Amino acid sequence: MASNNNSIKKTLIVAFSLCVVCSVVVSAAAVALRPIQQTNQELDRKTNILQVAELYKPGDSVAEQFSHITPRVVNLDTGKYSDKFDPETFDQFAAAADPATSRSLGGNDPAGIGRRENFATVYLVGDPARPDQIILPVRGQGLWSIMYGYLALKGDGNTIVGLSFYQQGETPGLGGEVDNPKWKALWDGKQVYADQSMTPVIRLVKGGVDAQTPNAENKVDALSGATLTSRGVTQLLQFWLGDQGFANYLSRFRDPSQGA
Amino acid sequence: MAADTPKGVLTTPIFQNNPIALQILGVCSALAVTNSVQTSLVMGLAVIAVTAFSSFFVSLIRNHMPSSIRIIVQMTIIASLVIVVDQVLRAYAYEISKQLSVFVGLIITNCIVMGRAEAYAMQNGPGMSFLDGVGNGLGYTFVLLVVGAVRELFGSGSLMGYTLLHTVKDGGWYVTNGLMLLPPSAFFVIGLMIWAIRSRNPEQVEEADFKITANTRAQEAV
Repeated sequence: MASNNNSIKKTLIVAFSLCVVCSVVVSAAAVALRPIQQTNQELDRKTNILQVAELYKPGDSVAEQFSHITPRVVNLDTGKYSDKFDPETFDQFAAAADPATSRSLGGNDPAGIGRRENFATVYLVGDPARPDQIILPVRGQGLWSIMYGYLALKGDGNTIVGLSFYQQGETPGLGGEVDNPKWKALWDGKQVYADQSMTPVIRLVKGGVDAQTPNAENKVDALSGATLTSRGVTQLLQFWLGDQGFANYLSRFRDPSQGA
Repeated sequence: MAADTPKGVLTTPIFQNNPIALQILGVCSALAVTNSVQTSLVMGLAVIAVTAFSSFFVSLIRNHMPSSIRIIVQMTIIASLVIVVDQVLRAYAYEISKQLSVFVGLIITNCIVMGRAEAYAMQNGPGMSFLDGVGNGLGYTFVLLVVGAVRELFGSGSLMGYTLLHTVKDGGWYVTNGLMLLPPSAFFVIGLMIWAIRSRNPEQVEEADFKITANTRAQEAV
């Protein structure tokens, strides 16, 4: 090796040119591959929606299966559909970060999400006027992370078909069991609301739920060893199904006379 | 051992000088990603690509590298390559990249990559360094595939996702071994593998650091 390699000038030149070359390579890869990555993420999101609705058939085209699902944008405060945004492109999470399209939850924030967007995208399976299933985006703080997921309800706006989180960073093996298919199967057929009230009563309980448990239809067995994640799931569901969430919207399915 | 023919540098790391089995490098990721053959394979390919290209580039600029920032330069090259590999996986193997999640990024800290850059690429030409990187990546992949195959077969009753042992869960006869799906089982499998390889090639057995002496001889009580 030449001895002038260790001069300050040479060191700086090598370091600088290396940084330039490496950053160009990394950014070129990131920019060139972004469109494909976004297609993948979109596909993944749609697959998640299909899975939570228990409609997903592996092998079939996702786009084909998704054609039976209509996205609509809902105004969370009035509970009515809004045509202000294109449901295909409306980005709910960007809206939640923008003060113009969201509001701060302040102290009344059980789900721990800070700001709530004024509009949200829901997915309707089947006929949009009388959907077979209504799929709602939900999210909330668990122990370590915000958990992002979808909740699928039957057309009555009350009976749960499934709950599935597509992004979470909970402890693997404990809170991470929110992804466990066995646990997710427990949600099928549970009821969000009791009788005619629009206050969500669905919650996780410790110690198991069986047919003898009072109000078993509103309770799901909590995750063992994951008290805080379980509490997070309860609170995010109660938030998103309550007054600040989709309760105004869902009430139309409970009482069809209100109409669209 | 380190044969300086292209064929030699490519094949010795697979059996004779395996980075995991002999040098005990890169075990951490071998524990984490080997619960199925498919993830092992993709992880192995990612490591081959990173090791080969990082050795190549390090070797290319080895005569211009100031020794004071040598390690940082190597890390920068490795880190850039890992990011590129991660981006490519996200674009073309999205499902698997989700399963591998953080471990692709952790290739940066895989001792094999850095070890080969420092030990081989700094002294040898780019072509040979590239082959050396491929060879060591292959050695790593070989161990990963064996461990992955054992773990998937006994843990889930399948290989590459094809069911071989009909599991009880699906109405068959095979009761799956849950331990095999957890990282600690890879310790046992790798340990058994190292034992098997060293029994076959006794020259790989290291000399003991300490000799266990016999117990104090029994004496008559005074």
